[in-house]
Amino acid sequence: MISLKLAYRNLTGAGLRTWLNVTVLSFAYVVIIFHQGLIDGWHRQGLRDLTEWEVAGGQLWHPSYDRYDPMTFQDAHGVINGRIPGYVKSKLAVPVLVVQGTAYPQGRLQSIILKGIDRSQSLVKLPSSALAGDSGKINAVIGTRMAKSLKAEKGDYILIRWRDKNGAFDAAEIYIAEIFKCDVPSVDIGQIWVPLDKLQEMTGLHNEATMFIVSDQYKASDTDGWKFKEKAYLTKELDELIQAKRGGGMILQGILLIIALLAIFDTQVLSIFRRQREIGTYIAFGMTRYQVVGIFTVEGAAHSIFAAVLGALYGIPLFIYLYYHGITFGLGDMGLTLAETLYPYYSLQLIVITVAVVVIAATIVSFLPARKIAKMKPTDALKGKLQ
Amino acid sequence: MDTEKIIKLDRIVKKFPVGSGYFTALNEVSLEFGRGEFAGLVGPSGSGKTTLLNIIGSLDTPTEGDANVLGKSLIGLNHKDSAKLRNQHIGFIFQTYNLLPVYTVYENVEFTLLLQKMSADQRRKAVLEALEWVGLTDKINSKPAMLSGGESQRVAIARSMVKKPEIVLADEPTANLDSENSHHILQTMKKLNDELKVTFIFATHDEKVMKYLERLISLADGKIISDRMNHTGLKEQK
Ligand SMILES: Nc1ncnc2c1ncn2[C@@H]1O[C@H](COP(=O)(O)OP(=O)(O)OP(=O)(O)O)[C@@H](O)[C@H]1O
Ligand SMILES: [Mg+2]
Repeated sequence: MISLKLAYRNLTGAGLRTWLNVTVLSFAYVVIIFHQGLIDGWHRQGLRDLTEWEVAGGQLWHPSYDRYDPMTFQDAHGVINGRIPGYVKSKLAVPVLVVQGTAYPQGRLQSIILKGIDRSQSLVKLPSSALAGDSGKINAVIGTRMAKSLKAEKGDYILIRWRDKNGAFDAAEIYIAEIFKCDVPSVDIGQIWVPLDKLQEMTGLHNEATMFIVSDQYKASDTDGWKFKEKAYLTKELDELIQAKRGGGMILQGILLIIALLAIFDTQVLSIFRRQREIGTYIAFGMTRYQVVGIFTVEGAAHSIFAAVLGALYGIPLFIYLYYHGITFGLGDMGLTLAETLYPYYSLQLIVITVAVVVIAATIVSFLPARKIAKMKPTDALKGKLQ
Repeated sequence: MDTEKIIKLDRIVKKFPVGSGYFTALNEVSLEFGRGEFAGLVGPSGSGKTTLLNIIGSLDTPTEGDANVLGKSLIGLNHKDSAKLRNQHIGFIFQTYNLLPVYTVYENVEFTLLLQKMSADQRRKAVLEALEWVGLTDKINSKPAMLSGGESQRVAIARSMVKKPEIVLADEPTANLDSENSHHILQTMKKLNDELKVTFIFATHDEKVMKYLERLISLADGKIISDRMNHTGLKEQK
């Protein structure tokens, strides 16, 4: 109680030096919360996009399907069997057929992946209703990034080539019925979405699929020979990316925090040196050495409380603004699940942990120099002649 | 004067390590002080006055000998107990006042009471009373930087007196004051000594201070060379 009041008086009394320390430390708070909040916001947005566009409640894969290896696609398909047609019928599973192919936009050659999906599905956000069209045309939907790389616009025809189930090449023109905007690159880059029944027909793989997107209500035990891939597995890549970004940011935040803590440490060393008489007086009036150590520790640690208040003063308006308006990076083409505009997310946990870490760190760097007080001889302290 | 002896020093030796050897600052000093004394340690610079006050105030421990203050042996007293002894029974007044610059006059005086169990009401009464003793009730909200030297030292006196200690140790309390202020301070302390029966022990070379003292103990090179009552002739004690 005494030490809190003293700390407050001493800090406000010390003027500029205190405010410099407090300002630097408040930057540390704001930068840490800003950056971690941005990463958390990205993570949430990314998970939501992945869920809405690709993952839903999980996926069922053909045993030889590997999403990273197009060489597996040729054999990774099987008849929609067992109980699965029931799930498809009740909209708990959406079959997808994956076929490797080549597109020839304006005479160029470009490797593509054809994905056949049910036009009436509503499990993922893909605008599959645009796939419905007259039977003569092969309607296709593609993402904006794919449209850009194909230099294609809505209404264009593009020649594509693929192999049927026997390995024989076949070719046809597809009609770009819709271009969608999606932040999930694996739904967009290199992907051409066509009606499932058309693709089955084109390849001769009647009633076959490579995988199923399933809803949250789907029971993972009913796999009928297909491999169930849960949500956590399908979003692992994003989680790892987020972890890496978080770690990278922590280096910068750590450096900023260390600078701020060094400033407090330095202030503590100086103030203990300059205020020996005061220390001697405390002891003469009956404080124990450890009470005096406590006074100085609280005083140093109080920087972190002041900094939290100052940081809140300019940080909260900034964070609220960013929460509603987001930050536009325009990095949408980098192949990351990253929206053009990120909306930071500040959890209570983030704020509590950040404040706790900074306060504890500030207390430690305040305590370390203050320990010296316990070794001082009060008589020397009163003379103010210690080195 | 057959009063209770509240300070008993028996062959106190204090040695300070200097280089590879020792410097003997106090050499077999034996002294006793009774309740309500107004005494002073006098002698040239370096004679050991401050060292002796520090030992009485349990801020320092003797190298040899026995020291007993208010019935407590200071030898082997731990930090906590010596802090308690100082907090409850001993007041200090320093040449440099040593007020806390960030506290007001009122808070400087109150500060030492915060270490004791005392209600806010009791504290307030005690602080105002102490400031009345030294005539500073009109400055309770001033900060030390706004006070003159004499006023600062009066605050320091109030601070040492507010807890009504048995003993007040004053090391060169007038060294930074002009003669008018010195007299004022000494009158204040003498009055408190008379009214509250507090034992005052000074360390000083100030002639003005010596005039007020009832007992003068002369030190030289860490030894007592004389111990006499003032005004009442050259009465050697013991
Ligand atoms: N911590 C210490 N280390 C070494 N020597 C010391 C220490 N403290 C005091 N001394 C020495 O002990 C002697 C007595 O010191 P002390 O401070 O008691 O003198 P004093 O009588 O109070 O002098 P002054 O009138 O100048 O205040 C001096 O010679 C001093 O140098
Ligand atoms: Mg001295």
